[in-house]
Amino acid sequence: MAMLLAITAALFVAVLLVLIRLFAGPTLYDRVLAVNTFGTLTVLLLSALGFVTERPDFLDIAMLYALINFVSTIAILKFFRYRALGRATASGEDV
Amino acid sequence: MTKAVGLLIALFALWLGLSGYFKPFLLTLGVLSCLFTVYLARRMNLLDDEAVPLQLRPGLLLYWSWLGGEVFKSAWAVSKVILAREMPISQQLIAVPCSQKTEMGHVIFANSITLTPGTVTVETVPGKFLVHALTDEAANLEGFADMGRRVTEVEAR
Amino acid sequence: MDPVTIELLLNIASGIAFTVGGVFLLIGAFGLVRLPDVWSRLHAAGVVDTVGAELILVGMMFQAGFSQTTLKLALIGLFLFVTSPTATHAVANAAFVAGIRPVRLRRNESGEVIGESSHKEFQP
Repeated sequence: MAMLLAITAALFVAVLLVLIRLFAGPTLYDRVLAVNTFGTLTVLLLSALGFVTERPDFLDIAMLYALINFVSTIAILKFFRYRALGRATASGEDV
Repeated sequence: MTKAVGLLIALFALWLGLSGYFKPFLLTLGVLSCLFTVYLARRMNLLDDEAVPLQLRPGLLLYWSWLGGEVFKSAWAVSKVILAREMPISQQLIAVPCSQKTEMGHVIFANSITLTPGTVTVETVPGKFLVHALTDEAANLEGFADMGRRVTEVEAR
Repeated sequence: MDPVTIELLLNIASGIAFTVGGVFLLIGAFGLVRLPDVWSRLHAAGVVDTVGAELILVGMMFQAGFSQTTLKLALIGLFLFVTSPTATHAVANAAFVAGIRPVRLRRNESGEVIGESSHKEFQP
């Protein structure tokens, strides 16, 4: 248990360091990278907290967070490249 | 047909692993939902080599363990760069040739390069990758050629 | 081996995995703050995403023993293993297309790969 508490503390420190980069920027891509790393750390933190509080359900939340984190990173990058998440065509299909 | 059965088995294994229930009623519901998903995937023409990569050799697992060792070594090298007082980085964008025949082989090779800290695949064109390397040691073309050979061994049946 | 010894060995194994993973995690997060530009920071984020995350998940697997929890942790690990290079590549490619270049570039062969124009044309 002490090990898990120690790893939770290490994760908090890492999250703080990543947050510094998230606020400092300077470019959009630094921020997206920081958000992506923040998401990975959040997944680990959720799993660690699930162990500390002895509630294995947290792992399901962690898994969902990993899925959403990946999709959101790609969505943000796509939006800032094309300024749209999809484009309606004459035939009604999305591109 | 093989792809459909493979996807069904994979989906049901995932369902079982995530639910952990073994009551007959719930198992029936699980099988039905997996069958429905396979039906939808078939209707959407998703049952190809990309969605159900059954064509890969089982040597992929061996390759992953080798890759794990490589990732560890290069993570150590990047950590030394980060912790060094002067930070001896010499950034470079280098062209890496890739000789894989299938698209899946290209994907595995490019992802392996990106997964190894110290090198990131930036752009892919047919036959070549543009790779960003952090240090001179990371930009080792013979290392990339070795990795490419190993990927070629697992890519197709 | 009796159960007590096995439990002790599992604890030692997870302790080693946690220590090494946590050290890599902190070094990577520190590198994310310290390194000079977005291109070098990609590699620091790579250290966090690969070695740090996977080793901590492996340590938790040792703690959980053989159960459903281990399976879920393995799924999370597999998912991170597959998606983290894709996300890193997406960031690198977006920065490249936006015209951001590494500082003090030692060697640049990008023209060789994408042709004469250093800026690829995009058809959204």
